[in-house]
Order: sequence, then C-alpha cells, then structure tokens
Amino acid sequence: MSTVDFQAELSAAGANVKSRWGAVGFFIRRYPLGAAGAVIMAIFLFAAAFAPFITIYDPLSTNATASLARPSAAHWLGCDFMGRDLYSRIVYGARISLAVATGSMLLGTSIGITLGLLSGYLLGWFDLITQRFLEMMQALPLLVMAIIMAAALGPSLQNTILAIAFVLVPSVARVIRATTLSLREQPFIEAAKAIGMSERRIMIRHVLPNTLAPFIVLATAQVGATILIEATLSFLGLGVPEPHPSWGRMLSESAAEYVHTAPWLVIFPGAAISIVVFGTNLLGDALRDLLDPRQRS
Amino acid sequence: MVRRFGLMLVTLVGISMLIFVLLRLTPGNIADILFDAGGFVDPADKARIEKDLGLDRPIPVQYAVWIGGLLKGDLGYSYQTERPAIEEIAPRIPITARLAALALTFAVLIGVPLGVLSAVRQDTWLDYTLRVLSLSGLALPAFWLGLLILMAFVAWFGTIPIYSSEPSGFWATLQMYSVPAAAVGFRSSAFLTRLTRSSMLEVLRQDYIRTARSKGASEMTINYYHALKNAMLPVITVIGLEAGILLGGLIVTETVFNIPGVARFLVEAVRWRDYPMVQNLVMFIAVVVVTINFVVDMLYAYLDPRIKYAD
Repeated sequence: MSTVDFQAELSAAGANVKSRWGAVGFFIRRYPLGAAGAVIMAIFLFAAAFAPFITIYDPLSTNATASLARPSAAHWLGCDFMGRDLYSRIVYGARISLAVATGSMLLGTSIGITLGLLSGYLLGWFDLITQRFLEMMQALPLLVMAIIMAAALGPSLQNTILAIAFVLVPSVARVIRATTLSLREQPFIEAAKAIGMSERRIMIRHVLPNTLAPFIVLATAQVGATILIEATLSFLGLGVPEPHPSWGRMLSESAAEYVHTAPWLVIFPGAAISIVVFGTNLLGDALRDLLDPRQRS
Repeated sequence: MVRRFGLMLVTLVGISMLIFVLLRLTPGNIADILFDAGGFVDPADKARIEKDLGLDRPIPVQYAVWIGGLLKGDLGYSYQTERPAIEEIAPRIPITARLAALALTFAVLIGVPLGVLSAVRQDTWLDYTLRVLSLSGLALPAFWLGLLILMAFVAWFGTIPIYSSEPSGFWATLQMYSVPAAAVGFRSSAFLTRLTRSSMLEVLRQDYIRTARSKGASEMTINYYHALKNAMLPVITVIGLEAGILLGGLIVTETVFNIPGVARFLVEAVRWRDYPMVQNLVMFIAVVVVTINFVVDMLYAYLDPRIKYAD
C-alpha cells in the first residue's frame, strides 16, 4: 500500500507484463492515442530542455531587415514585426509554457493536497470552512478567477504562475478530500489506529500515498488546462509580459492585424499551444483509463 | 430547496468579499495610473482624487458602501468614463447574452448527436475519428480558433465579419452573431460530444436496455427512446458547468471579433483598475453562473425523481 504500482495496474488491465519494456509495449498497443500523446509531450520537453541547441537565432534579438519576413530556408517559420525569428521564439516559448505548467502545478497541487487531506481527515469546522471557501472559488469561471488574480498581482512570469496555482487549488483539494473520506473508513487505517499510530503519521504514511492514483489522473488533465490559461492570460496582456516569448503573447490582440499580412504569425504559435495541449489530453485520457478502473470500457 | 437557495446567497456574499479583498491587494489604484500617465505626482492632488473616489476610507467601509448601493440598485460610477456603472454595463448584456445563447445552441445541436453516434458505433473508425476530433477541439485555444476563422474569411471572402450595432433585419443579425458564436461554441460542442458518448455507453450497458433488446425492440427505439432519455441527465448538469467555461471563451472571442459585450468589458475594466466596474462585472458573472447552476440542480431533481433535495 505505498505508491501506484503501474505494473499491477497494467496486469489488471489485461497485460501479460514480464519486463519494463513489455509494459511499454503493452501501453503502446492498448493505448495508441495515449502513446502518441506521450511522444508529443516528449518532443515538448526536449524542445524546452535543449532550446539553445536546436535553434540558430536568439529569440529576443531584433533585426529590422527581417521584419515580417515570410517563412523561408533562413527563417523556417518566418519573422515577427521586430524581425525576431519565429521558430526560435516558439522553441524557447516551450520553456515559458513548461515553467508555468510545472510551477503552478507544484504550487497549486501542494496547497490543494494539504487542504484536501486535512479537510477530509480532520473533518469538523476546518472541513466546513474550507469547503465553503472552495465552493465560492469554484462558483466563478476559472478564467475569470485567473484574470482577477493576475490583475491583482500584476503581469510577470512569477505572478502568472501564482495566479494559475491559485485557481487550481479547489479541484485538487476536492478530489483529494473525496479520496481521503473513503480511505479513512478502510480497515488498514483502522489497523494503524489500533496499533497506536499517531494521526499525523497515519495521514502522511497511509492516506497520502493512496491518493496518488486519482491525483495523477487529475494532474495530467490539468497540465493542458494550465497551458491554455497561461496562453489566454498572456493573449489578453495580463500574463507573461514581453520580451518573454510566450505563445499566447505572440498571438496578442495585434495579431488580428497580421491575419491579412503575415498569417504565419497567427498560425504557428497557436498550433504549438494546440498540439501540446492535445498531447497532454491524449496522455491524460489513457492514464485515466489505466488508473481508474471504473472508467474502463 | 429553501436551504439550497440560502446556500446560494451565502456563496454570493462570500464571492463579493473575496473579490473586494483581492482587488484591494492590488498595488496601485486609478489615481496612481492617472498620475503615471501624467508623469508628475502632486501629493495633494492625489489625496484629493482618492478622497473623491472614497479610496481613503477603511476597506470594510468601502465594502459596506458598495454592497449597500448594490442592494439599492446603485452600482456606483465608472472611474474611467465617469458615467454611472449601470449605464456602461446594461447595454452590453444583451450582446453577450445573444452570443452565449447562440453558442450553447450550436454546442448542443452538434455535440449531443455526435456523442450519441460515437457511442452507438463504439470502436468503429467513426467513433475514433469523432473522439480524436473532440479531443482536439478541447485543445484549441478559443482566441486562436477565432483568429483562424478571421483568416479563413480573409482568404475566401476578402473581408472579415465586422460587428455593427445596427444590422439590418433578423437574418443579418443572426449572420453577424453566428460566426463568433460558432468560435466559442466549438469547444463546448467537443466537450458535449465526449460527455454524451460516455454517458450513453454507461446507459447502454444497463439491464433495462438488455430487457428492451430481448423483448425485440429495434436498435433505433433502444438507442433513441430508451437510452438517450437517461443518458441526457448528466449532460444537463454539465451544461450548467459549461456556462462558466463558455463565459471564459466569450471574453477572448469578444476581444478577437471586437464585439462590445460584457465579457470583453471585464478585461478592459481590469486594465484600467476601474474597481467599481470590475467588482460589478464579476458580481454579475457570479450571479449568472450561480443562478444557472441552481436552476440546473432544480431541473435535475425534476427530471430524475430519484433525487430529492431535503429541506
């Protein structure tokens, strides 16, 4: 009863798993779309990690002669108004998206897990107050909440991460609370109590590890959401500011002008966002199917 | 029901406090912005402006003044235009409401039938195509889809669909709204397709469907009479949730298509740190979303007699 046993989950899903590679092979055969999603995520991570090695131009250096240059051999995806190479900007933009996704996920989920765990295990007034507060936050659309947070904090990379982390808290806390509620009635928790284990130790050693499976399902589903919210905030000018090459920022309102003159400036950054979010959705779907037996068809 | 209505009011009061406090944490108010633009700060002038706007009073007092006014139907003044906030907001509501209604109609008309089709033909190429399509629909940022549509219009018709406040006749109005509405509704239709599919699959596996099949009912009757009716229940609940997401989509779509609706107005008010406007707009959105959810809950109880909300 410690962490998610992928091996066991795979065999439960009907795999004849002998080795780690066998498990990978099974995953690809059973969930071809999920595997495609994993490949997209791998490319995304690779681009973020090795951006300086796979680009020629600096994403921030301007070049007046290349202003609005069409896609060509020199500039694969063309250049923006300030003559910055679009391919470089998109590759470096993966870093911004990745930073926002991981940063806000780490922050938002640690607060959410703590609240959910305490709320579901302690119950009582703490639970009551936390739940009312989370309900309030959820009554507002995610994007509206994020816009208000981002506006209150001011536009910067850190503040965008904070704002998105804030809006992620309710859904994480609620899933963890629901899991904790059902776990606390289980015999193994009772057994731990019977041998005199402290409440805190039970919470951390026995309840927390068992919330991992629903958490993974939720977290993968939310990576895509964080990337979309960041892009939207930056598009509206409330997220990651210039000169950071944020995908959403590249499409900011002025992009409407380029619909006529430089369509590549509209097509490529948006395609980057969509493909990455699509990848996380595919992977998330497969993981949910694998880790949540009730959803299995 | 009375209890749920009470809870709804508590939620709204809570939201109003949350928004109010969040907006007060913001560094800089409209006085700062005005002086930033001027590049010169006279402390006496600044203090006078802050006093005029009531920004010098303690936060609880400011809150009480706002809520007191709200209950009397007085939304205060916009800092930006110095006109009553209600005059700024009211004319924008029907624009956004029309867009939202049209978008939701699109979403249901396209999403539900495709979801049913996908479930009935489970694991065929049609199902796979629809699943991939709906997943990719969820991945498209609403503003990018809007820009792509604009681009398609430029390429095919040489013009972009421009918003005008006085379209001639019903059809022109419908035409003007349907392009942005389709852009917003696309995501919702993808979402509804996925939801209808999984809900249908769940229902199709139940005993009473097997009974219907064994008594010799045709596939047509089973799918569309017996199954669809029950499969629609969770879909209806989610349409309530989707209303909030739709609003998020409207914020960017109205920006892209340059439509003067309430949703885009929120972003503009935020940029100007126009507190009364932001507060009122967020409260308005909260009231709409909470009310829709309340109505959907009631509708759900009415459609599914097994659910009773105890008082």
